[in-house]
Amino acid sequence: MEEIIQPKTYLRTCAGLLALLGLTWMVAYVDLGPFNLIAALAVAIIKAILIALFFMHIKGSSRLLHLAAVAGLMWLLILISLTLSDYFTRGWVPLNH
Amino acid sequence: MPILTSPLSDESAFVAEQFDDIEQQRDAAKLGMWIFLATEVLFFGGLFLGYTVYRFTYGDVFIDASRRLSVLLGATNTAVLLISSLFMALAVRAAKLDQRRQLIRLLLGTALLGLVFMSIKAVEYHKDFVDHLVPGPHFEWSGKDPQNTELFFWIYFAMTGLHAIHVTVGIGVLLVLALLAWRGKFAKRNYNPVEIVGLYWHFVDIVWVFLFPLLYLVGHR
Repeated sequence: MEEIIQPKTYLRTCAGLLALLGLTWMVAYVDLGPFNLIAALAVAIIKAILIALFFMHIKGSSRLLHLAAVAGLMWLLILISLTLSDYFTRGWVPLNH
Repeated sequence: MPILTSPLSDESAFVAEQFDDIEQQRDAAKLGMWIFLATEVLFFGGLFLGYTVYRFTYGDVFIDASRRLSVLLGATNTAVLLISSLFMALAVRAAKLDQRRQLIRLLLGTALLGLVFMSIKAVEYHKDFVDHLVPGPHFEWSGKDPQNTELFFWIYFAMTGLHAIHVTVGIGVLLVLALLAWRGKFAKRNYNPVEIVGLYWHFVDIVWVFLFPLLYLVGHR
């Protein structure tokens, strides 16, 4: 039988998510140069992890589910990193035409 | 020799014949859903990739274009979806505890917040349409580089549009679940469908968590 999580845990998770939303919103009004993007992405990743851990019950679920969840992200990383390795290196070797 | 099992508990009545027991059936359903979500990650991933490439290529254009979107409406919608996810998580809990009334209320509450999200999105889309920001023959941009600005709005409409389709599907499924819950379909801890839909709804929430900063908060305001 599965563990039943107390509503308090869900409420705290939601409060944390809303606080992080407020944080991204505020940081967006401060000029941090390239760090605006990094801060926004960092907060989004933390929010996604909170949702996955507590709302989607990744915390406390089987290793097989962890593997399935991580597999999706791995393929996304392959998609993005291989494509960007092309775009970012196109100017490195001069072509003779 | 086949193992004959007698219906010892109520739960075994919901076990399909290919499964040994209710736990195996639940694990299989969750694993299947997570694999589906992995394909959804790649479905949205293609759009996120396109966004990444063009954001690095036309960074300044994206910053100017992004300022035309309403951060207030975008942030409100983020909050609406986050709270809807809380309702959904509590609905799954109610289903596990066999609390029928609570389950119906929470499913309807989640669907209602989904409708609030779609309504706010409709207001935004209407404003974009009136302001000639919808890509196509009516697109107008008085600032610099209108062509690549239009590209930003293509990406904006493709990503938020695909997300909105997912929310719409989610609302429909939630309403069907509420009807089934009302008929007592999830009684006696037969909560698998509720949990699976919950995973879908939270995934759609996560997608928006990334869309909001990437589209509405490009650069600083």
